[in-house]
Amino acid sequence: MADILQLLVAGLATGAIYALVAIGFTLLWQTSQTINFAQGEFVMLPAFFVLIGTGYFGLSFWPAVALATVVSVVVLGLLFKRLIVDPMMRHGVLPLVIATIGLAIFFKEAVREFYGADAQPFPPVVAATEVTVFGVALALQSLVVLAISIAAVVALQLFLSGTRTGRCMQACAQNPTVARLLGIPVERMILYTFLINAALVTLAAILITPIYLAKFTNGEWLGLYAFIAAIIGGFNQVRGAIVGGLLLGVIDNFAAAYLSSQYRMAIPLLILIVVVLVRPQGLLGRIEERTV
Amino acid sequence: MRPGPRRLAGIILMLAAAFLLAAPFAFKPYGIFILSMWAVMTIAAIGLNLTLGYAGQISLAQAAFVGIGAYITALLTTKGWPFWSTYLLGGMSCFAIGWLLGYPALRVQHHYLAFVTLAFNTLVYLIFRNEEWLTGGIYGISNVPRPDVAGWSMNGPREFYYFCLAHLALVSLATWWLIRSPWGRAFVALRENPMRALSLGVDTRRYTLMAFALGAGLGGISGALYAPLVQFVDPTPFALGLSLNLLLMVVVGGSGFFFAPFLGAMVAVLLPEWLRFTEGFYLMGYALLVVVLMVVCPSGLLGLAARLVRPAGRPGARSTAETSVAGPDAAVQSEGAR
Amino acid sequence: MSTVLAVRDLKKSFGGIVAVDGVSFDVTEGEILGIIGPNGSGKSTLFNCILGQLRPSAGDVRIDGRSVTGLRPCDLNRLGVSRTFQLLQIFPQLTARENLILAGQEHKGSMFSRLVGPSDAGLSEPADRMLEFFRLDHLADEQAGSLSYGQQKLLDAAMAFISGPRLALLDEPAGGVNLTMLTSLRDRLKAINVERGATFVVIEHNMEFVMALCDRILVLAEGRIIAGGRPADVRRDPKVIEAYLGH
Repeated sequence: MADILQLLVAGLATGAIYALVAIGFTLLWQTSQTINFAQGEFVMLPAFFVLIGTGYFGLSFWPAVALATVVSVVVLGLLFKRLIVDPMMRHGVLPLVIATIGLAIFFKEAVREFYGADAQPFPPVVAATEVTVFGVALALQSLVVLAISIAAVVALQLFLSGTRTGRCMQACAQNPTVARLLGIPVERMILYTFLINAALVTLAAILITPIYLAKFTNGEWLGLYAFIAAIIGGFNQVRGAIVGGLLLGVIDNFAAAYLSSQYRMAIPLLILIVVVLVRPQGLLGRIEERTV
Repeated sequence: MRPGPRRLAGIILMLAAAFLLAAPFAFKPYGIFILSMWAVMTIAAIGLNLTLGYAGQISLAQAAFVGIGAYITALLTTKGWPFWSTYLLGGMSCFAIGWLLGYPALRVQHHYLAFVTLAFNTLVYLIFRNEEWLTGGIYGISNVPRPDVAGWSMNGPREFYYFCLAHLALVSLATWWLIRSPWGRAFVALRENPMRALSLGVDTRRYTLMAFALGAGLGGISGALYAPLVQFVDPTPFALGLSLNLLLMVVVGGSGFFFAPFLGAMVAVLLPEWLRFTEGFYLMGYALLVVVLMVVCPSGLLGLAARLVRPAGRPGARSTAETSVAGPDAAVQSEGAR
Repeated sequence: MSTVLAVRDLKKSFGGIVAVDGVSFDVTEGEILGIIGPNGSGKSTLFNCILGQLRPSAGDVRIDGRSVTGLRPCDLNRLGVSRTFQLLQIFPQLTARENLILAGQEHKGSMFSRLVGPSDAGLSEPADRMLEFFRLDHLADEQAGSLSYGQQKLLDAAMAFISGPRLALLDEPAGGVNLTMLTSLRDRLKAINVERGATFVVIEHNMEFVMALCDRILVLAEGRIIAGGRPADVRRDPKVIEAYLGH
């Protein structure tokens, strides 16, 4: 029983991180029909920004994090939108997908070339101690990760439904033409989603890199998990991304513990195939009206 | 095309053919090996170009089919089966599996289809890696023999190169024939406007499955040649990376253009070797090229060339007698038009 | 003269909205039937139900006595029913001739014979003759996308007739076409009916066009047929006038 609880909490913790990445992914799709195949690399990069901050510039952890956040938001948010997404809007979805694939390769190779191919340790947000809850020893790190992620998601939801800007963003996601007619600055709202995505991936990077170490190949599986989480939950719903991420984290953790570790990856993939074929709108999504 | 550019294209093609035929006498064995690899990868890319470029169905599973073809050939030839049988078996198995993979394509499109095919590719890779009793797992299958053709051994690098080149020529001819046939036209209709195609009697369901099956079959044949080329088959080459690479080859070349796979494979296989001294920077440069190309001209390098040949602003004011073989401004742009 | 198309009690609802509310009519061989009605009367939905694009909620559709309700559009097409769409849908990168070959090829032989047979499925000549009939033969090798709108509309109509269908359904063939082209279009459609005995149904908003072209007209309003008969009679029918003016 204690094992199951530990697995559950650990699974929820990693799942929460997947959820953060999946939310960003979903937001980009909702507002600008952008499928960001480089989302995994977007999570891989900020960790290296932090390491450069501490290693090269000699900053301590939190200032390095602050610097990394700023750099991420500018590069992965603003520049990504202005230089890559905007010029390609008129070409349709596939060219943008290809471009983001190219971008993913570029980031991966750049890190390998300029930083190195070895896995780098990354300082955790909190020391790796255990805490006893209801007589069960749980990793403090998992609980903190979970808490931070929940806080981030709640903050985001409050922003989206509680503030005027947030509601404008939702309007743009649902119907950009009408939003424009209502005088909402759609372009700026779309920019905000990109900036939010950059912030989310940075947070995810800080939370997940201590566990898996900083490696240039992290993007590959992270991106895949983010896609799967987003699709399981329902691609056009932020809530879906949360549910998908948590579900995926828990299932993945249990699969690793109880099933052959060699086929660990197969479970999420099979779930993906089944969901796409049986219920493409995911668990929570609506059927997409946008498709032809 | 107007006579001037058509003549230029003809000259380029003849020079390329001459180069390909003469190359083995100028290159060292390793160089010949790379050229053979180019030919093999082009076959796989031709398959993907059929599925994606002509029929408009996105597939990230091509590497899995190359792998299946390679493993079937490796497993059977190391047990003494004649190459021809394994080659046909590989091609036909992949055709059948590809047909089955087409069924999801009937239900979902675009990025959903990309994810399903991506998942399929990764699952197949996992099977390659984990089922040691069958595939040798990470240790792979070594000493894959090269075939004899009518008593003539294909063992040497030069001989095997011509073997691969001959296959490429055959595949190209068959594909050219396919594209010009009613099937080719039906594929274009399927890609451009499936609803209109349906109303004209085009059985979009069957043609979609066929597009997947044919693309997969060619992937299998590519794999059947890969195994004796490298003479060692392990799971690593058939992971998602190759699928993405093949996708990039087709798109960079110009999705839907007949010669896109040749050009794309050149950029992805030959250039990195010739520009070896740049090492990791080549990949970065290549990736950057892809991004810039997509922004500037999503119909790839051949699309760019076509744009230079055609005066800008006059959409398709050219006779299409032979260039109907090409799918100008193919799937990639029509996505945006919808 | 046999009945080519028989529609009985066709109904189609979308959720709570009833778009087609119990429509029944026949089309006899060799006639040109027009269907008119104010916007939102359900004309296009009716077509889509007959043609398999939509599944009717109730009712029956028969072609030459054979029930075809709910068949896929491509199967219907191969039974001899062709159509055009309201929004022009030709294939811009194919040449005019190739568009016609495409429109006819799926009727020729089997899938396999189409792979190994001639690249034009033996349709180059019929395509050229059809282009000649519609006075587009000088544009045979031009990319369809470079034709004028009116010429594209003619090509679209030609595509509906190339396979010698039992029945063609034309959805607003005159939409957006300029006056000179309109005369040509109407003239060619009349000719194909008179000279080749082609049976077809036309949905149109252009009153003059439809009155001059059709042998018989049905008027649809709010999903139901409110009037039918010869053009002159329909024109004077008070119910029809009210349906149009009342909106």
